[in-house]
Amino acid sequence: MSKNELVILDCWASPFCMRVKIALAEKGLDYEARPEDLFGGKSDLLLTSNPIYKKVPVFLHDGKPLCESSVIVSYIDETWPAPALLPSTPYERSQARFWADYIDKKLFDSSAAIWKASGDDAMEGAKQEFVEVLKVLEGALGEKEYFAGDAFGYVDILAIPITCWFLASERFGNLKVEAECPKLSAWIKRCMAKETVAKVVPDPEKIYEFVINLRKMFGIA
Amino acid sequence: MEEVKLLGWWMSPFSRRVELALKLKGVGYEYIEQDLANKSQLLLEYNPVHKKVPVLVHNGKTMAESLVILEYIDETWPNNPILPRNPYEKAMARFWAQFIEEKCNGGLWKIMWCKDEEERGRLVEEASHCFRTLEGELKGNKFFGGDEIGMVDIAANFIGYWLGVVQEVSGMELVTRDKFPVLCKWMDEFVEHSVVKETLPPRDKLHAEFEARLGAPSWKY
Repeated sequence: MSKNELVILDCWASPFCMRVKIALAEKGLDYEARPEDLFGGKSDLLLTSNPIYKKVPVFLHDGKPLCESSVIVSYIDETWPAPALLPSTPYERSQARFWADYIDKKLFDSSAAIWKASGDDAMEGAKQEFVEVLKVLEGALGEKEYFAGDAFGYVDILAIPITCWFLASERFGNLKVEAECPKLSAWIKRCMAKETVAKVVPDPEKIYEFVINLRKMFGIA
Repeated sequence: MEEVKLLGWWMSPFSRRVELALKLKGVGYEYIEQDLANKSQLLLEYNPVHKKVPVLVHNGKTMAESLVILEYIDETWPNNPILPRNPYEKAMARFWAQFIEEKCNGGLWKIMWCKDEEERGRLVEEASHCFRTLEGELKGNKFFGGDEIGMVDIAANFIGYWLGVVQEVSGMELVTRDKFPVLCKWMDEFVEHSVVKETLPPRDKLHAEFEARLGAPSWKY
């Protein structure tokens, strides 16, 4: 068979789905994105191919499912090696995976904690944590164009989609990422200027509207 | 001349994972025991982001996060591989290692520190599902890696050995032989493995430590 049928079970707002779509675009691969209605009713395919987490993204390569976005992006890089997303040496790859792990553990949750916060104390704590995470990432970026150096790659792909959710955190938290972390902010603009990213990552205003609805659904304010 | 150093803690399943991988591949290393109550300058310098063990130093280059380190070890010393070579199988191994970390170990950690009976009951129920799922992944094999130990077995080391001690000390009956015969058989094989045996902390010492800590209001470090 092996006609390379690529499917992603998708949600337009999910930064984790965006990661996979950017990786596929970087590799010049065609794929079908099937939107899932995460609140109305998940499809049978989603429930059977990701029975453990029941989440998007699910990536299907000729029908074989894979879950967890970082795992999927690594798989895409290994299966279609050019252009490389991960650096070439084991040590540089270990650094990329370290930052991928940090981003997975901290970036989205710290950003979301701001618009989920109820009460001044929770808000202050959430803001401090978020800014701290941003500063650590800015430190990791240093003077480089991208996290691994001159080329856009794995860590950038995992982090950039989450940044479209920052506007919501900025508005609810009354803070500005650019003021706190100008270099990281410049990196965001640099990534967003890439066609593969711009086509996939939505306007932060749309995410802001999405967050307003999420807050209503969760009963936050 | 290769220079490999490992900063670890005798009780940490995370630093023991790295030791196990190095021993499986016959890689010589210098072990530097850390006092986590009084973190050394070396540890703080080598892992400024998390300030945790394990840290691997190879020819002066430092790496942190045990699962990241395992991938580095497998790439750098390819004999006795711990990850499958096939990209899909490799992706599945990574998926299961993450599942063990987040859902199994994560679940156990919450249970160990939960002081509320009802909440603990709920957490145990939830963790049971995760262990059932994990048990299913053995698929009649001796190890998660097949005939030989692989990354998933190494990632599951806490379950393989530490959990037994925790259950003894706390009276928790989560993974018992009658409820999880297949998983318990894997645990037997794991601790009897000739190389694994060398990396396990002494049971009586572990027992005494858990007794002291589980009685405390929170884990100190």
